[in-house]
Amino acid sequence: MLQIKNLHVKLEEEDKVILRGVDLSIGPGEVHAIMGPNGSGKSTLSYVLSGRDGYEVTEGSATLDGQELLEMEPEERAAAGLFLAFQYPVEIPGVGNMTFLRTAVNAQRKARGEEELSAGDFLKVVREKAKTLKIDAEMLKRPVNVGFSGGEKKRNEILQMAMLEPRMCILDETDSGLDVDAMKLVADGVNALRSEGRSFLVITHYQRLLDHIKPDVVHIMAAGRIIKTGGPELALEVEQNGYADILNEVG
Amino acid sequence: MALPKAKEDALAARLATLDLPAGKGWLATARADALARLRAMGLPARRDEYWRYTDPASLNAPEAPAAVRFDAGDEAEPFDGMDRLKLVFVDGVFDPAASDDLTLSGVTIERLARAGDKDIHWAQGTYGVLEARGQTPVARPFAALNSAFATDGVLIHVTGKAAKPVSLVYVHDSETSDAILHHCIKLEAGAELTLLENGPAAARFSKVMEVDIADGAQFHHIRLQGRDHQRRAVTHIFARLGTRSEMRSFTLTANGRLTRNEAVVELNGAEGRAHLAGATVGDGDFHHDDTVFVTHAAEACESRQVFKKVLMNGATGVFQGKILVKPGAQKTDGYQISQSLLLDEDSQFLAKPELEIYADDVKCSHGSTSGAIDETALFYLQSRGVPRRTAQALLVLAFLAEAIQEIADERIAEDIAGRLERWLARHGSRG
Repeated sequence: MLQIKNLHVKLEEEDKVILRGVDLSIGPGEVHAIMGPNGSGKSTLSYVLSGRDGYEVTEGSATLDGQELLEMEPEERAAAGLFLAFQYPVEIPGVGNMTFLRTAVNAQRKARGEEELSAGDFLKVVREKAKTLKIDAEMLKRPVNVGFSGGEKKRNEILQMAMLEPRMCILDETDSGLDVDAMKLVADGVNALRSEGRSFLVITHYQRLLDHIKPDVVHIMAAGRIIKTGGPELALEVEQNGYADILNEVG
Repeated sequence: MALPKAKEDALAARLATLDLPAGKGWLATARADALARLRAMGLPARRDEYWRYTDPASLNAPEAPAAVRFDAGDEAEPFDGMDRLKLVFVDGVFDPAASDDLTLSGVTIERLARAGDKDIHWAQGTYGVLEARGQTPVARPFAALNSAFATDGVLIHVTGKAAKPVSLVYVHDSETSDAILHHCIKLEAGAELTLLENGPAAARFSKVMEVDIADGAQFHHIRLQGRDHQRRAVTHIFARLGTRSEMRSFTLTANGRLTRNEAVVELNGAEGRAHLAGATVGDGDFHHDDTVFVTHAAEACESRQVFKKVLMNGATGVFQGKILVKPGAQKTDGYQISQSLLLDEDSQFLAKPELEIYADDVKCSHGSTSGAIDETALFYLQSRGVPRRTAQALLVLAFLAEAIQEIADERIAEDIAGRLERWLARHGSRG
C-alpha cells in the first residue's frame, strides 16, 4: 500500500537535512510502528507524507497504491486515502466542528467523484461514530478543537479518521499528553477501524501505546533513517533498555 | 473664523453645482441652518486629522466620477423572499411604481419631499438636529452638506412594533448619478423597527440617517452596500438612544471604489445598548473606511463595535473608532475591536482606536489587529481533503464570524454568510 523509497528531506529555509534515505513498505491491513528518540525525524516523515510546507524532498519517492504522493497537494493526498492524526491538532476559532467534518467528508467524496452526503445522512453517521468515542453533541458544535482538552483533541482526530475512512492512517504521537483512560479510548477507536484494506503507521516514543494498538512490524528510526526493523518484541526491548543499546548495536 | 483660501475655493466649486431645494417652513430653515454649518467648516481636506487615511477628493469633486453598474449575475437580490415593506430609490429618487404602499401597521412613512409642506412635523426635532449634535467635537462636513441639499428620503415614525421590516432599495441606473438621500427615523417609547438597506444608489452616494430611539425602543439595522466597483459612498448614521433602548447595526461591504461609513451614537439614557458591526471584503482598487464615535452619556450602558475587514490585491481598510465616556457615565461597558485579515503584502489596514474616559467605574476595552491567514490551520484543513481555496474561504468566514454574529436575525446572518462565501469563491489574492 505505502511504499517509501530512499526518501531524503531537508528543511526548506535552512540547510538542515532531516531524513537521510528512509525505506518503508506497508502492506494492506498491516500496522507498523515507528519508534525513535527525539529529533530522529519521525514527525517530519509524517508531515512530508501529508504535504506540509517547509520541507524539500531532495531524493526518493513515496507512493500510495502506486500513485506518487510527493507531487500531490495535501487535499489530493487526503482524497487518495491518506490521513494524518496530528500530534498537536490545530484550533480553528470560528469554524464549527460539525461544519469542518462535513466540509471535509464532502470535499473528499467530490474529489473521488462520489455523491455528497446529505445533511441528514451525515448527521446520522457522525452521531453514531462520535458516541463510540464519547464525543458529545456539545463538542461537535464547538469550534474545531477550541477549548478542547488534550484527550478531547485526540479523540476528535480519531473521529475525523472514522468519518473520512482513509486507507492509510498515520498517527503522529497520538499518545502524547494522554492519561491511561484517554489512551485506551483512543486506541479502541483506532482498533475499531482496523481492517484488511486499511493500514496504519503509528509513530510513538513509548511502547505503552503499542500495548493497546498491536503492531505487526516495529521500526526504529534514528538520525533520519530506519536503523532496525522487527516484530512487536522490538518495542519491548526499547521499553526495557532504551534506545542506547540499539543505537550502539547499529553504530 | 474664516476658512483657508483652498477650503473656501473647494467649497465654492462644490456649491456651484448644487441648488438649495425650494420651499418654505421648518424644512427650509433646517436646510439653511445646515448650509450655514457647512460654510463654517468647509469641505474636508486630506490634511484634516479626521481624513488622514481617506482621501476626500472624489467626494468633494463638483461632478461625480463615473461608475459602471455591477452585474450581479444570478445572485439573488438581498432580502429577496423576506416579508418586508419595500421602498425603491433610483439614482436617489423615490420610485413609487417600484415601491410598496407606504402603509404599515405601527409605522407612519412619508417622503421627505412632502414633509416640508407641513407646518408642524415630528421630524422638526430630528432633521438636521441629530446631525448638528454630531458635529462636535469633530466636524462632519458631508453630513451638513447632505442635510442642506437632500431632496429625497423617508421619514419613518414608529409608534408600535412594526409589522414587518422596512426595506430601502437603492438602485444605481445612470453611470454618472450623484445622489443625496436623507432619512429620519423616530421610534417612540417601546417601539420596534428593523430597517434594511441595500444597493449602491448611484455612482456617488451621500446618505444621512438620523435615528431617535426613545426609552425601551429597539432599532435593528442591516445594510448591504452596493457592489459596483467604481461607486463612491459617504454615509452617516446619527443615533440617540434613550433608557433601556437598543440599537443594532450591521453593514456588509463588498467592492466599491471608496466607502466612508460614519456612525455617531449617543447613549443618553441608563442601560441603553448600542452594537455596531461591519464585515468588509475588498479586492484591488478598494478603499473602505469605518469611522465610529460612541458617546456614553448615561449610566450602565453597553456599546460594542465589531469591525472586520478582509483585504487583498492592494485593498485598503481604515478604522477610526472612539468611545467617549462622559463624567457620571458609571458602569459603562464599552467594547471595541477592529481587525483585518490581509491576504497579501500589497493590502493595508490603518486603524486608530481611541478611548476617552471621564468616569472611574467603567469597563472599556479595545483591540486592533491585522494579520495573515493562519497557514497551520490552512494545512490542517487541506490534510482533511478540503481544497486550499475552500479552506481559505472557511478561515476567512471564521474571521468575519464575530461581526456577522451581531445580526439578530439568523436567516439574514446565514444569507450574508452565503454571499460572502460566493464572493470569496470568485476573488483570490494574486500575492
